Amino acid sequence: MDILIQLIANGVLLGGVFALISIGLTLIFGIVRVVNFAHGELLMVGLYATWLLSAKLGIHPYLAAVPLAIAFFFLGALMQRAIIQPLMNADPHIQIFATVGIGTALANGALMIFSADLRSVDVPWARQATDLFGLASVSRGNLVAFAVSGIATTGLILFLRRTHLGRAIRAVAQNRYAAPLMGIDVNRIYAITFGIGAGCVGLAAAVLAPLYPAFPTVGSFFVLTAFVVVVLGGMGSLEGAVIGALIIGLVESLAGYYVAPDLKEVVYFLIFLGILIVRPAGLFGVRGAE
Amino acid sequence: MLRLEGLRAGYGPVTVLQDVSLEVNAGEVVTIVGGNGAGKTTTLRAICGLIKPQGGRITVDGRDTSRLAPPEIVDLGITMIPEGRQLFPFMTVRENLMLGGFKPAARARIPERLEEVLTLFPRVRERMTQLAGSLSGGEQQMVAIARGMMANPRLLMFDEPSLGLAPLIVKQVFQIIDTVVASGTTVLIVEQNIVHTLQIATRGYVLENGRVAMSGPGPELLRDPHVKRAYLGV
Repeated sequence: MDILIQLIANGVLLGGVFALISIGLTLIFGIVRVVNFAHGELLMVGLYATWLLSAKLGIHPYLAAVPLAIAFFFLGALMQRAIIQPLMNADPHIQIFATVGIGTALANGALMIFSADLRSVDVPWARQATDLFGLASVSRGNLVAFAVSGIATTGLILFLRRTHLGRAIRAVAQNRYAAPLMGIDVNRIYAITFGIGAGCVGLAAAVLAPLYPAFPTVGSFFVLTAFVVVVLGGMGSLEGAVIGALIIGLVESLAGYYVAPDLKEVVYFLIFLGILIVRPAGLFGVRGAE
Repeated sequence: MLRLEGLRAGYGPVTVLQDVSLEVNAGEVVTIVGGNGAGKTTTLRAICGLIKPQGGRITVDGRDTSRLAPPEIVDLGITMIPEGRQLFPFMTVRENLMLGGFKPAARARIPERLEEVLTLFPRVRERMTQLAGSLSGGEQQMVAIARGMMANPRLLMFDEPSLGLAPLIVKQVFQIIDTVVASGTTVLIVEQNIVHTLQIATRGYVLENGRVAMSGPGPELLRDPHVKRAYLGV
């Protein structure tokens, strides 16, 4: 029984980490209708940036979180304006080449600059375990990542529901033809959405840096899971991404113990396939929603 | 207020409008009628900035607007209610109306404007919390008109407001357009249903093959032998 509670706690916390990475991906897909295959590499860049700030300038990763999120917002918006915008009316496979190309360039750029060595940000406080109501023991860094993920996701959902800009972003997703007739600058919305998606990654990088080392291909380690989460939740649905991330986190944690550590991915892909057979649009997927 | 001079426009290499000149003055109800493919919708799209003219001029209060983007046209006080309603289906009626008031000048007074618009459209008030996509066609058309009114436009353009609606509903839609006109908004209507529109129009233009074939006061056009033969089948 004790071990079960511990596994559930680990799974939920892991799900929180996945959620933070996945909401940016699902937002970009839902609004801009472009699959950002460079999403994982943006996370990699963020992890290196956090490492540089911490190791070279002595800035605590948690202090770097908000500035990094803002910097990544502009990086994402710039990436959309410079590379994606000229391809907005191109075939989807051209857009895929572009984002895969950005990802490949970033990963190999990092390999050139930083070599393949692991770069860890050492934050002893984040590695220490803390007691959860005497039921389970988890690392403080994981708790911080989970809390940040919860705040960011809730904030983003409220932003989309309650603000003029948020409504305009959803309007563009729901009816691209009518949105400009309301006075909405659709291309500006695309850049802002890409910026928000990248900003989530910047935030994620800063809170994940104390837990995961930076290396050139760390992006692919996270992004495959993020894609599963996004499709499972329903592409474009933020709530779906959160639920999907928690499911994948729990399955990974439980299957890693009860089945076999090497088979945990097999188990979640089986569950993933099963859900897609029953609900092809994902758990919360509605065509055109969000 | 609005003037088109020798407007030529189309899509890519295709030219739909060959030579369209017309004007809309403040307080008027102007209609553009004509058959399918005559270029009625293309004219409205060019005015909105959705397509860029290939030639000619579009001016609003004397200012050339041919190169402006749609949001800038909306800022000038020109709003289009598109064909087929084009609501935001997964948002509530309230959210749709709030988006109608998205332009900076309208945003500050959304609550007051919402009250004014809902006074004109009491039926919409009953549907405020429903998803726009769940409404009937007639109700959606009312929401689309109310959404257009939220921008507090000087000129409101209707693209085929009666399309796809039952005859009884069409009658209601024209009553609503009467209400809009009575509220002092200048109106430009594009319609295939020419009897209704020409009856309420101060002036009408008949568009044929991308050119203005005739123009004149609405009821007068309705009595014209050519219009009767070509569009009413009598």
